[in-house]
Amino acid sequence: MAPPAMHLQSGSVSLEHSVASESIVTLDQVAFGYDSRAVLSGISLHIPRGKVVAVMGGSGCGKTTILRLIGGQIKASAGQVSVNGRDVAALGHGDLYQMRRRMGMMFQFGALFTDLSVYENVAFPLREHTRLPESLIRDLVLMKLQAVGLRGASALMPASLSGGMARRVALARAIAIDPMLMLYDEPFTGLDPISLRIIADLIRELNDALGAASVLVTHDVEASFRIVDHVYIIAAGRVIADGTPDQIRNSTDPQVHQFVHGESDGPVRFHYGEGAYAADLGLGPRP
Amino acid sequence: MIGALDAGLRHVGSRVIGGIWKLGCATRFSGTILRRSGETWRRPRLLLDQIHFTGVLSLIIIIVSGLFVGLVLGLQGYETLKRYGSAEALGTLVALSLVRELGPVVAALLFASRAGSAITARVGIMKSTEQLSAMEMMAVDPFARVLAPVFWGGAISMPLLAAIFSAFGVFGGYLIGVVLIGVDAGAFWSQMQGNVDFRDDVVNGLIKSAVFGVAVTLIALFEGYDAPPTAEGVSYAVTRTVVTSALAILALDFVLTAFMFTGV
Amino acid sequence: MKRTTADLWVGIFVTSGLVALLVLALKVGNATTVSASDGYRVTAEFENIGGLKPRAPVKSAGVVVGRVDAIAFDNKKFVARVTLRLDRQFEFPVDTTASILTSGLLGEQYVGLDGGGDDKLLKEGDRLTMTQSAMVLERMIGRFLYGKASEGPTAEKAPAGK
Repeated sequence: MAPPAMHLQSGSVSLEHSVASESIVTLDQVAFGYDSRAVLSGISLHIPRGKVVAVMGGSGCGKTTILRLIGGQIKASAGQVSVNGRDVAALGHGDLYQMRRRMGMMFQFGALFTDLSVYENVAFPLREHTRLPESLIRDLVLMKLQAVGLRGASALMPASLSGGMARRVALARAIAIDPMLMLYDEPFTGLDPISLRIIADLIRELNDALGAASVLVTHDVEASFRIVDHVYIIAAGRVIADGTPDQIRNSTDPQVHQFVHGESDGPVRFHYGEGAYAADLGLGPRP
Repeated sequence: MIGALDAGLRHVGSRVIGGIWKLGCATRFSGTILRRSGETWRRPRLLLDQIHFTGVLSLIIIIVSGLFVGLVLGLQGYETLKRYGSAEALGTLVALSLVRELGPVVAALLFASRAGSAITARVGIMKSTEQLSAMEMMAVDPFARVLAPVFWGGAISMPLLAAIFSAFGVFGGYLIGVVLIGVDAGAFWSQMQGNVDFRDDVVNGLIKSAVFGVAVTLIALFEGYDAPPTAEGVSYAVTRTVVTSALAILALDFVLTAFMFTGV
Repeated sequence: MKRTTADLWVGIFVTSGLVALLVLALKVGNATTVSASDGYRVTAEFENIGGLKPRAPVKSAGVVVGRVDAIAFDNKKFVARVTLRLDRQFEFPVDTTASILTSGLLGEQYVGLDGGGDDKLLKEGDRLTMTQSAMVLERMIGRFLYGKASEGPTAEKAPAGK
């Protein structure tokens, strides 16, 4: 079901010198469920170094759960999640935190600390994990803010930022300690077309600049197909298709086709629930 | 009939089990906070910020309320004591009722509604906007970085607030009794000193307020942390914090009073 | 460490809290007077202690000189044995009288000491032999009524000025 990653030969990928087949993250037949409801059932993914990989699917199909599994915030009920070759579920509290220091995660709405300024938000991971002198922290923070184009906003509080700016600050904060793995949870939701484009380009540029691997969880086909190397499409807790954006776009699988082209009715039904409409209206044969 | 009874019993049963379950969670939560408290004491800045958040921001309401409670005690106490011709005992009455009961209890109730609700709202919002999750993913433990400092900040602030409340209350009683009504100042203070014992009254009052501080802060933190991550969930959690804290304060007050002030 | 206004406020808050505590301890409470740790203990036996409580003041000429440390019951003599802790700076002769008195009509009860004339001073563990029990209201009223009855018609001859 999960073939090794196929690579896009687009010009934007310039990190071919890194070992292309080396997986930073591997999910092997991972299952997960809340209570009795299964969210994921047997998912396998490979995220190679230097690549941006999109995990797509309809709302509520367990995409974010995958990120939380990779980050070790929840544990899989079956299968194995490994990051850099180590089983995440088997890590202790200390090792898990050590591993997370090499990850950056951008949350859906930024998740900026509302009581800290933009500057302090970006400085937060540096202050927590390093003993750098203030002048060096200042330089690093301004560099990261410069990378997302918000050096001028460093004194603002998160409440006075627009959605797109908050997302960019969150991005600057996520890359503050130069992670080897970036996780993006719905980075495009609720953005205007310009902000969306800025964020999308930043995700690609930062990935290439850091030489990191990125996982993008999204349902925005347009924005993500433009920048990612590989796409996994998930439905009903399983991977139903994967490949380069072009392969996915041209897929003949009706479910994939419906998702990519955004059709309202298809294998995924427009109507929720069961039973004939006529019967509910009392037009059917009465018992 | 049987069905309704059955449903009622089921409902009561599930509420009881739910409550016990929640109590268990809260206990484990408190244990985690205590275990991860080390960082709070290694980084005084964290603690200082939280003393500011819980203590300093409650200062005005505590001072004003303390003063008014003292004024009322002075008036009411004088009216009553006058009938028995022992108006000089006003100082004793005001000081004892403040130091033993009203100081710790009223200050804790005010603390619950001012600082407790703020803690719940803040933690609830941090959780619902994924700030705690973000912190975790940045390899920073939210328990050590946010929750434990709030807990210690609240636990330290509360006895100080209660002491300030009592002191301003006594001052209020002095204003009414001595300045306004004209009870003899010497009698007022000396009777007070003769009857208020440092260990039995002042220290016990302090212990009470420390216990209340711990209880209120833990309830507020837990309700915030446990709140459903929605605006509605957080607002309900704030209400629950105030209600649960008030009940906990009064119940604990009874238990502590029974322990401290009975006996020969 | 960088200073902020929040620090200043925390400083003000903690200081005012401690000052309030100090006020409660010194101005409102009695932490200045006899503390329980030093001083010397003497015992006194009373037939009836009325409503005397541990930690009640011990006064001499109206000055608080100590506290009631403990109250026990003697199973043999059927009397109350009261242990008094007196401050070291106050010295009393061995023939001091201890009586249980009430401050005001409804006030609390305390132990009053009246110094005698002996040269020897009380020391740790001594026993006060001369004691006067508490006035019990019923007995007082009883005695008064008995007194009135026995006085009979000669009551008018009682000295004036009462």
